[in-house]
Amino acid sequence: MNTRTAKRRESNSNARPAKVWQLRLYVAGQTPKSLAAFSNLKKICENHLKGRYRIEVIDLVERPQLSRGDQIVAIPTLVRKLPVPVRKIIGDLSDTERVLVGLDLRATA
Amino acid sequence: MKHNGHKTISPKAHLPKCPTGIQGLDEITGGGLPRGRPTLVCGGAGCGKTLFAAEFLVRGAAQFGEPGVFMSFEETEAELKANVASLGFDLAGLVRRKKVVLEYVRVERSEIHETGEYDLEGLFVRLNLAIDSVGARRVVLDTLEALFAGLPNEAILRAELRRLFRWLKDKGVTAVITAERGREQLTRHGLEEYVSDCVILLDHRIHDQIATRHLRVVKYRGALHGTNEFPFLIGDNGISVMPITSLGLNHKVSSDRVSTGIPRLDAMLNGRGFFRGSSILLTGTPGTGKTIISACFAQAAARRGERVLFFSFEESPNQIMRNLHSIGLRLEPLVEQGLLRFHSARPTLYGLEMHLATMFKEIAAFKPQVVIMDPITSLMVAGTDHETKGMVTRLIDYLKGGQITSLFTSLTHGGHALQQSEIAMSSLMDSWLLLQDFEGNGERNRVLYVIKARGMAHSNQVREFLISNRGVDLVDAYIGPSGVLTGASRVAQAAREKSAALTSQQEAARRKRELVRKRATLEQQIASLRSEYETEEVELRRLDEQAGTQTRLLTAERTELARLRQADATVTTRTNSKSRLKGKR
Repeated sequence: MNTRTAKRRESNSNARPAKVWQLRLYVAGQTPKSLAAFSNLKKICENHLKGRYRIEVIDLVERPQLSRGDQIVAIPTLVRKLPVPVRKIIGDLSDTERVLVGLDLRATA
Repeated sequence: MKHNGHKTISPKAHLPKCPTGIQGLDEITGGGLPRGRPTLVCGGAGCGKTLFAAEFLVRGAAQFGEPGVFMSFEETEAELKANVASLGFDLAGLVRRKKVVLEYVRVERSEIHETGEYDLEGLFVRLNLAIDSVGARRVVLDTLEALFAGLPNEAILRAELRRLFRWLKDKGVTAVITAERGREQLTRHGLEEYVSDCVILLDHRIHDQIATRHLRVVKYRGALHGTNEFPFLIGDNGISVMPITSLGLNHKVSSDRVSTGIPRLDAMLNGRGFFRGSSILLTGTPGTGKTIISACFAQAAARRGERVLFFSFEESPNQIMRNLHSIGLRLEPLVEQGLLRFHSARPTLYGLEMHLATMFKEIAAFKPQVVIMDPITSLMVAGTDHETKGMVTRLIDYLKGGQITSLFTSLTHGGHALQQSEIAMSSLMDSWLLLQDFEGNGERNRVLYVIKARGMAHSNQVREFLISNRGVDLVDAYIGPSGVLTGASRVAQAAREKSAALTSQQEAARRKRELVRKRATLEQQIASLRSEYETEEVELRRLDEQAGTQTRLLTAERTELARLRQADATVTTRTNSKSRLKGKR
């Protein structure tokens, strides 16, 4: 039972590397929280998604009109655009455990 | 009406106000919401918060040239457009013309994972963008409390909300923030802590199965405001708040008079009927002819070429017209000419406020000179006495403002309740007619009193009110030693009086004849007595003459005798004459 699930997950994650994770980080200016979020995200991605992720940082101070598309309320917000389903994580991403749960990376860890 | 109300309440406004355009609200608040500050609108589910906010925004954009942003946390743009379109607001059009921005903010807790510190800068950015895109002066946040459900960290949220309100003030926009009513406090999440300038509470209450909405300005910093709870309703034209207290008592008055349609009733009212634009109350027990008097009044007005609006709460128009045929009153031609319009509605159809709004609408559309409500008491089932009085006050004020003569009939029941409805309403009325049943001698008769008629000399006498197939008439009731007599007893009494009068007339004639006869007799007697007397007088004179002659003869004889005897003439003569008289007796 356990092994089968693990296997399927593994096969899934084996299939995934073909697809690149698209992550979008919404910030508003170079605030300490934004900077912290970015460095935390970078760290997590390097540890868990090395080589198959892409981070797009959107500064709403510069491009406020982009806030509507992803229904951004809180800052900073990390949006996992791919793989679907879309997930949203708010906060400075300092709680690594919760970020992994939120990104659904727990299994591959 | 609006203008007056505004004048009476408004202080010297130091605080700039932002007119809402919501009917009645600007009167209560003395000009609108505080400009450039947030206002909190709270209330339970379904009490009209979103609509209030939408109307504030739409009217601002359409009437006052102030573009607005509607930030919705609950309804999507499409839903919002559809919802307010049903109330006659063209939100979609305003959005197209870039007067209003709709911004739907979706916060779904299940989609959000919280990891560490964050703020709501995203919301600020969006709001700022929306405001700047149309140059908005007004902002609605409906309802901000959705954030509490969506975002787990309340401490952050509260801090951010405080910042948001500060930010809105700095931005200089007039904001309306809606919030759910809480159990212990005004709002569920205590938003009133942050919005300290103006708080409006909406309420939807059910009393005797009839729901009425109420609005109260709980707080309005720096301005006088009506503190009462004001009923309001959501009609075809959005919200209308109907303040009673803000209405001024400064109508124009007319000294024109209008006929009642019943000549004798006009006569009782100083010969000329009611004042134009006055309010008339007609009370009576069942079956005393209230509707008939109303109909006569309506007919008289329509025949003068005035428009009459007849609100009927008990009978259908056709039934009223049919029933009036029995007294020879035909209203159909007047209806066809468009001079008379009926409006029938069951009192229980909706709440008082809705009735009032309907009446206002009908009156505004038809522009009548005379309005009749038959009977106003039916509306009492749709509200309490107090509410009905409030409604009648507003109605009368509205009608007087338009110089519309109004006639209200009021049904009184027998027994102790007889005076109840009148006391509640009579003080509002300029004239009051009372119809009563008079029971006696096995029959009922109708009588009419004019209880009051402000500003005119009026009869204090009771009149009997007759309904026949030729219409209605008033006749003097008989007031005699045995009390007021009406109907058959009045007729009987009249007959009795007539016969008594005849008898006494005959008696007088007889006495006169007798007197003439007596006089003739007496005169006859006088004549006979006089003739008798004359006869005696003649006799007496004859005797007198005779006696005179005798004396003369005797004297002559004596003188002759004395001359012959040559005696002492004087003495002898006296003695002799004495003895002669003695001898005669």
